[in-house]
Amino acid sequence: MMIFDNILIYFVIVPVLTLAGLALTNNKGIAAIRAVAVTGATVLVALALYLVYLFLHLRGAGDTSEMLLQTSVTWYEPMNIKLALGVDGVSVVMILLSAFIVFAGVFASWKMDPLPKQFFLWFFLLSTGVFGFFISIDLFTMFMFYEVALIPMYLLIGVWGSGNKNYSAMKLTLMLMGGSAFLMLGLIGIYFHSAPEGQPLTMNLLEIAHNDAIPHEWQYYLFPLTFVGFGVLGAMFPFHTWSPDGHASAPTAVSMLHAGVLMKLGGYGCFRIAIYLMPFAANELAWIFLILTGISIVYGALSACVQTDLKYINAYSSVSHCGMVLFAILMFNTTAMTGAVLQMLSHGLMTALFFALIGMIYGRTHTRDIRKMGGMMHIMPYLGVGYVIAGLASLGLPGLSGFVAEMTIFVGSYMHSDVFHRVLTIAATTSIVVTAVYILRVVGKLLFGEVQDEHHRSLTDATWEERLSTATLILSVVIIGCFPNFFVNIIAPSFEPVVSALESASHMMGM
Amino acid sequence: MPFEYTIAVVAIPLFMFLFLGLGGTQMGRKITGVLGVIGMLVTTVLAYGVALTYFFGTGQGQVVDGVRQAITVMNPDWLSFSENLVVRMGIMLDPIAAMMLIVITTVSLMVHLYSLGYMCDHHGHPEKGFQRYYAFLALFTFSMLGLVVATNIFQIFIFFEMVGVSSYLLIGFYYSSPAAVHASKKAFIVTRLADLFFLIGILVLSYYTGTFDFDKLVGNMATAQSAVASAGGATFMGCSVIAWALTFIFIGGAGKSAMYPLHIWLPDAMEGPTPVSALIHAATMVVAGVFLVARLFPLYVIEQGAMDIILVTGAFTAFYAAAIACVQSDIKRALAFSTISQIAFMMTSLAVSSNHSELITIHGGQGLGYMASMFHLFTHAMFKALLFLCAGAIIHAVHSNENSDMHGLHKFMPITSIAFLIGCLAIAGIPPFAGFWSKDEILVAAYERGLGWGLWMSAVAGMTAFYMFRIYLLIFFWKKHKVHTEHEPADQPWTMTLPLIILATISIVAGFVPAAKMFTWDGAALHTQLNWTVAGSSVLIACVGIALAFRLYYKENDLPARMKASAHGLWTAAYHRFYMDELYQFITHKLVFGLLSVPIAWFDRHIIDGTMNLMANVTNQCSFAIRRLQSGSIQAYVYIYLIGALTVAVATIVCVLI
Repeated sequence: MMIFDNILIYFVIVPVLTLAGLALTNNKGIAAIRAVAVTGATVLVALALYLVYLFLHLRGAGDTSEMLLQTSVTWYEPMNIKLALGVDGVSVVMILLSAFIVFAGVFASWKMDPLPKQFFLWFFLLSTGVFGFFISIDLFTMFMFYEVALIPMYLLIGVWGSGNKNYSAMKLTLMLMGGSAFLMLGLIGIYFHSAPEGQPLTMNLLEIAHNDAIPHEWQYYLFPLTFVGFGVLGAMFPFHTWSPDGHASAPTAVSMLHAGVLMKLGGYGCFRIAIYLMPFAANELAWIFLILTGISIVYGALSACVQTDLKYINAYSSVSHCGMVLFAILMFNTTAMTGAVLQMLSHGLMTALFFALIGMIYGRTHTRDIRKMGGMMHIMPYLGVGYVIAGLASLGLPGLSGFVAEMTIFVGSYMHSDVFHRVLTIAATTSIVVTAVYILRVVGKLLFGEVQDEHHRSLTDATWEERLSTATLILSVVIIGCFPNFFVNIIAPSFEPVVSALESASHMMGM
Repeated sequence: MPFEYTIAVVAIPLFMFLFLGLGGTQMGRKITGVLGVIGMLVTTVLAYGVALTYFFGTGQGQVVDGVRQAITVMNPDWLSFSENLVVRMGIMLDPIAAMMLIVITTVSLMVHLYSLGYMCDHHGHPEKGFQRYYAFLALFTFSMLGLVVATNIFQIFIFFEMVGVSSYLLIGFYYSSPAAVHASKKAFIVTRLADLFFLIGILVLSYYTGTFDFDKLVGNMATAQSAVASAGGATFMGCSVIAWALTFIFIGGAGKSAMYPLHIWLPDAMEGPTPVSALIHAATMVVAGVFLVARLFPLYVIEQGAMDIILVTGAFTAFYAAAIACVQSDIKRALAFSTISQIAFMMTSLAVSSNHSELITIHGGQGLGYMASMFHLFTHAMFKALLFLCAGAIIHAVHSNENSDMHGLHKFMPITSIAFLIGCLAIAGIPPFAGFWSKDEILVAAYERGLGWGLWMSAVAGMTAFYMFRIYLLIFFWKKHKVHTEHEPADQPWTMTLPLIILATISIVAGFVPAAKMFTWDGAALHTQLNWTVAGSSVLIACVGIALAFRLYYKENDLPARMKASAHGLWTAAYHRFYMDELYQFITHKLVFGLLSVPIAWFDRHIIDGTMNLMANVTNQCSFAIRRLQSGSIQAYVYIYLIGALTVAVATIVCVLI
């Protein structure tokens, strides 16, 4: 079949094959389970790297179409539902990010206990959903994969989590499902206005965008529905409270995948569906969400300052950093939006790194309370150095990814010609100081100073698989931080269609 | 020497950082230190070659019409925000960049060498973390070099952050000590707060001028004029937006350069190893703010409002820090306040430049203050590094920072004592030592701006002489030394003494560098001559200060104690640094934490999350309430069915009848 000629479909096939492989193993044979999982993850990384190469090659060869590698197969004729695949620069880097985090996640859950087989099954089902979402350009398929990615969360937290895991799993799932409900309403609304009178309705994103047939009065309802629907997953204030509890209870690899990739689905969906398809309402209503995301940025950072649980600190810091993603997307210019994608990459990698390290520390000390720990740098220097690097990336040290992303966002946002937007930008910049406060507070308490608990002295440093997992992430953070233009050149051109749609919409409004 | 070697000057320390940081633990401690010194030696030789070629070479295009041109060695794109706003990682040589290359590499090399001896325990074995220490030193050197050769303001900002982190890592080098951890945190956060303003300044400046590049902003007076003009006269609260941007940028520089009231991190930063204090917190990083203002000098000259803020801040800080330095008992902290005061001298000197047209035309107007500031930066780096390294040798010998544990060390440590004396003479401004020449130019520039500014700065210069000799006499004289430790204090090994001798020599001769021909803001030579009135009076004031110090502190007597008692309140306030730290403590802990973070966290957990839980609970309660209807008993269902059917039937009948 023609669809198998497209490399994109293999991003779904490989995890599914991994699932099948895992199904054949049994829970006692941990070596076999690991072998299958590592093979699957490695193939995904290789595929993702090849995809980047292919993308650059095609663009270099002069292919300027909006989405590359497009393929479309009909699923359900009467409603014109298709499996439509295609990628632009943003999806390519998102796929790359996901592949690396899945890879690091497999190694971070090396000693998963109990039921390793089932854990990896759900883990790869979740990744199937994530990859499927990023390669699709059909609303129906996107939504389907979106749900595939969300549901396994419930079991992964409920079964393998820690602490108040039933409550957290339930809360997270219900809140995200609530978001999906908004989203589904929005998507149905979009579908019924997807084409002008007399033409067949379509679910294809590009066709809907080109038809531009959604009436303006409808956009006023559909834009908030879809934006909030995705915004819940992007931890937008005040729909972020699933994040602290969910992350605190989730097992390491799930926190990594969730904060690293799943939350990015929110930001990605916001611009690809909400803004791109409804530019008119986006222009009109952006200010509401700008205020909300602006609050997220500062509010998340300030909340993080007084937390004592390592995972809560990172969950709130994620609220702040993901708030920045949505904030930048709403600035509607190429620079800020590019910054948003860089921030997604950066936040994905460094939060995954944080959660991996926290999991490793927790696995040894059995506590995440920073008041009960201290002087870890003496005991586990490798993990300590990793934590410092993650912290420095988070507070925006040049040479690491966070700086590049935040600066692109700030400079891009400040380019806005409207004073209101620039004032909000300045308010958002204050987060760089608050971030420094809470990061240094944790680093000072957790890693430096005297050892608090004498039992901690006998703990060991990272094992080889933990080193591999963290080193992969650290290296990625450094590469983005040192060579940002490589990524900017991939990402920035992809925003031209969105920005021009927004500009023509605001032009029409002016008339 | 071709200017391309500058790339190596910057790249070698970066390589050393990666090499020692990643591979250091695999090597012996001593070897890493020696490798670090060798790497730094190569860097220094190359930097001298490049800088001397820049200043004295007559290669093609180097000098046009008597003006030394800035040379851009490389300028590759690093991060493109938009077509015009591109961050580049470039290397540019101009008079101050070349001068800074010399300052940074000289002091860094001395500190690298000195640390071989200093970072050892009693038995002469290198301490734990020796490799990490040298890796961080290399990282700092790299960052600082990257800062001074920057071609655009964003690159400076990037390296501002990098030096900040290197400083954080080195202050907190002894990370087991809570004081060191606290100090490193404070240093980072205070300078970060300042960098926030720097960032906002860059955003505003780039929004109106549409560029980050220095050659488009401050290439010469004309480009600076057009950059300011590109704002189109936009104002905010009555001041031009460019003036606001420049003020914000100055606040960024003030954070790094420890100007009042952002100076509070510097005294605490003395918790770091002393060679680090010499390198970062005396000679190089703390002058980054001065360097930044000097870089944007033409813009500041045009926007006189921003310049006046610098002038007032600088003049006040110079006096304020000098007053505190007079009463400190911890020798490193006393030196730290002295550093703050001296940097304020440099800031003031930049800021006395005026844009009155008659002053621009006659030499000695704006050019003099700028040149004097850069000259003082150069000489100060040398003698302040010397003083700190001497202090390190003393601390190493007596294992204490307090001058009460020292006294009378002259007999035990003669070389250190003489080196310290040379440093004191240099900073006090006694000819022919280095400080005299540069400070004299600063005072001349201040008097040209106005008699008041000149007198103010002269008074501070007198205080400088007094407090430096107070420190010197209390360490080396006052009374006979009481040996506290098992070893008698003595001069330290050659690795530590050699840098002292080299820096002392430089401190004697550095004043004869033809600064007026080299460190000018436009590259054209300045014609200056010694102003005998100013020079004579400043030497006289310095001598008075020194004499006073000798009267009070040369031999043990009760006069200092009596003076302290008679001005008790003032003395205590100065000793506690006028309670600025307490004020900060109050603002951060009580206001930011207590009034913002804690309530927000509570609000999040109880109101926002409470609402979510409330919705869940209401749903739960509702299902619980109607659950009993689903009892599973057939009789009950039939019963309910019958009641329902009857109700409907009755309702129908009633409706029909009516």
